[in-house]
Amino acid sequence: MPFSDEALTRMRADAAEIIGRYPQARSALLPLLHLVQSEEGYVSDDGIVFCAEALGLSQTEVRGVASFYTMYKDHPVGEYQLGVCTNTLCAIMGGDEIYAALAEHLGADPHGDGHHDIVTPDGKVGVERVECNAGCDYAPVVMVNWEFFDNQTPESARKLVDDLRAGNDVRPTRGPSRLCTWKQASRILAGFGDGQAADGPSAGPASLVGLELAKEHGWTAPEPSGNGGTK
Amino acid sequence: MTDTLTPVLTAHWDDPHSFQLADYERVGGYQGLRKALAMPPDDVIATVKTSVLRGRGGAGFPTGVKWSFIPQGDGKPHYLTVNADESEPGTCKDVPLMMATPHTLIEGAIITCYAIRAGHAFIYVRGEVLQVVRRLQLAVAQAYEAGYVGKNILGSGFDLDIVVHAGAGAYICGEETALLTSLEGYRGLPRNRPPFPAVEGLYASPTVINNVESIASVPSIMTDGADWFADLGTEKSKGFGIFSLSGHVTHPGQYEAPLGITLRELLDLAGGIRGGHRLKFWTPGGSSTPILTDAHLDVPLDFESVAAAGSMLGTRALQIFDETTCVVRAALRWTEFYQHESCGKCTPCREGSYWMVRAIERIEQGKGTDEDIETLLDVGDNIIGRAFCALGDAVPVPIQGAVKYFRDEIIQHQKEGGCPFDPAATTLWAAGR
Repeated sequence: MPFSDEALTRMRADAAEIIGRYPQARSALLPLLHLVQSEEGYVSDDGIVFCAEALGLSQTEVRGVASFYTMYKDHPVGEYQLGVCTNTLCAIMGGDEIYAALAEHLGADPHGDGHHDIVTPDGKVGVERVECNAGCDYAPVVMVNWEFFDNQTPESARKLVDDLRAGNDVRPTRGPSRLCTWKQASRILAGFGDGQAADGPSAGPASLVGLELAKEHGWTAPEPSGNGGTK
Repeated sequence: MTDTLTPVLTAHWDDPHSFQLADYERVGGYQGLRKALAMPPDDVIATVKTSVLRGRGGAGFPTGVKWSFIPQGDGKPHYLTVNADESEPGTCKDVPLMMATPHTLIEGAIITCYAIRAGHAFIYVRGEVLQVVRRLQLAVAQAYEAGYVGKNILGSGFDLDIVVHAGAGAYICGEETALLTSLEGYRGLPRNRPPFPAVEGLYASPTVINNVESIASVPSIMTDGADWFADLGTEKSKGFGIFSLSGHVTHPGQYEAPLGITLRELLDLAGGIRGGHRLKFWTPGGSSTPILTDAHLDVPLDFESVAAAGSMLGTRALQIFDETTCVVRAALRWTEFYQHESCGKCTPCREGSYWMVRAIERIEQGKGTDEDIETLLDVGDNIIGRAFCALGDAVPVPIQGAVKYFRDEIIQHQKEGGCPFDPAATTLWAAGR
């Protein structure tokens, strides 16, 4: 559906701000694609046209870029999009079972390749496989709209899906107390914060195991040798 | 004697507000910047050179030397690009660092830009970690407000802008030239080198690309001195680093130690392999570094020793697998990853990864043939060195390691007509069943 005049005015102002961050305008293409995804939940043909016009590119040039990156969707996904890590470490720690459990729970093929999205009929929840999301010490990891849900099990992941479908509050393990929607997440990625940066922990438990052990044993980095160090 | 663990980068992660500017300043934050700004830029480069800080993104190239390659007085704009695209399977150190103490990275980036005389820095962060993106955005905004970034920083006359740039899901963009191409608004395809980014990088201008942990190590080198840093670690691998343990260990997590610590020592700290099991194989630094076994428990985890053991230190991403894990399953999944992430530019990588997945799949299903192992090794040999970037070189790494250490296990799949392992035995909850 073409963007309304209201949406276009707003998006053009945002686009101008994004383009202004870069010495060369084309660098704004990735954030602009995040921006159009934040309007519609995916990069539609209209989104492609918008980016092309904003940067003076052809639609083909924009489409070529959008299709390269897995975070840009060319079709609607869940308002809450789950990414189950099934790269080797998470898979072995249980990610394969979690993906299969969620697929089955939502009536999809548990052995599917995960690159063909599962989305509930109400559009509330989507599930896909993702590659390593840099949370290996919390394996198995499930992402929801790119927030961490650490140390998941098939049971906890099924409950997560049910809670999201029912509109119950769910809280990321390492993230703000309020989970934002897929569209809102895309807007943050375009560079427009939602004021939730200070919410949630500094670090999760696994991030702190070494530090806690060091404190327990009184281990520290050596003192600097008297040149005005600050340690 | 140096302590077993030496928290520097991780030292304040347990402060519930460690990501806030005020908390960072309270523990000495931005003192390194003040010190740097009082020095000529070349002296800052010399200090980092003297510290022998080597790139923490995997390759281990000396950071100060990289900075010194930037031609000065060339009349071109210079750029810093921080590689915060942490995506190498197993690697999980930069994400917690940026979540807990983003200002360490911002301060390091400002010092780096001052040293290389760059007026623009980009933090290319992978998009799939929303709270990290938020924390970086907050930190940059706070740094602008405090006068650490922007015009005439702390009255020095030095101007700098920092942009947080969220990627969009492509492992290849962690490769430095692909990252630049992506940052310019294109598909993330790697470029041939030379010219190197130091000469023709972003917008064909001199550009430094450094990993998050490398840049975040710079403030401590400025405050505590190059010698302090160089006194830690081993002869050729100086300093400290974050070691990330994951998988079948009792306490997975982040352990910051001098380079040269061994897996045996780290496992002791982490409570050992999970109860009732034993180590089978592990990666020293992500899936692109060849696997090692329990024969390598005492290899010092520094660049030279791990290389001598036939692998690479990489990103110190120690993925630990016990004896319940099928090496074919692991190798297949990693190879599938490379197939998925190959950008498609170079034929050997694009086609080779596709065919290798087909062959390993066949082996895993017990339908392998007598020729499969040799075919896989042959295909692998024809990818290595024949692609523009290191992704191609990494494609054969998992299966090569599996063949090297567990050839019999691969053949067993064929003999038994299927995988002899129970995949359910590997999970986090298997013990409780």
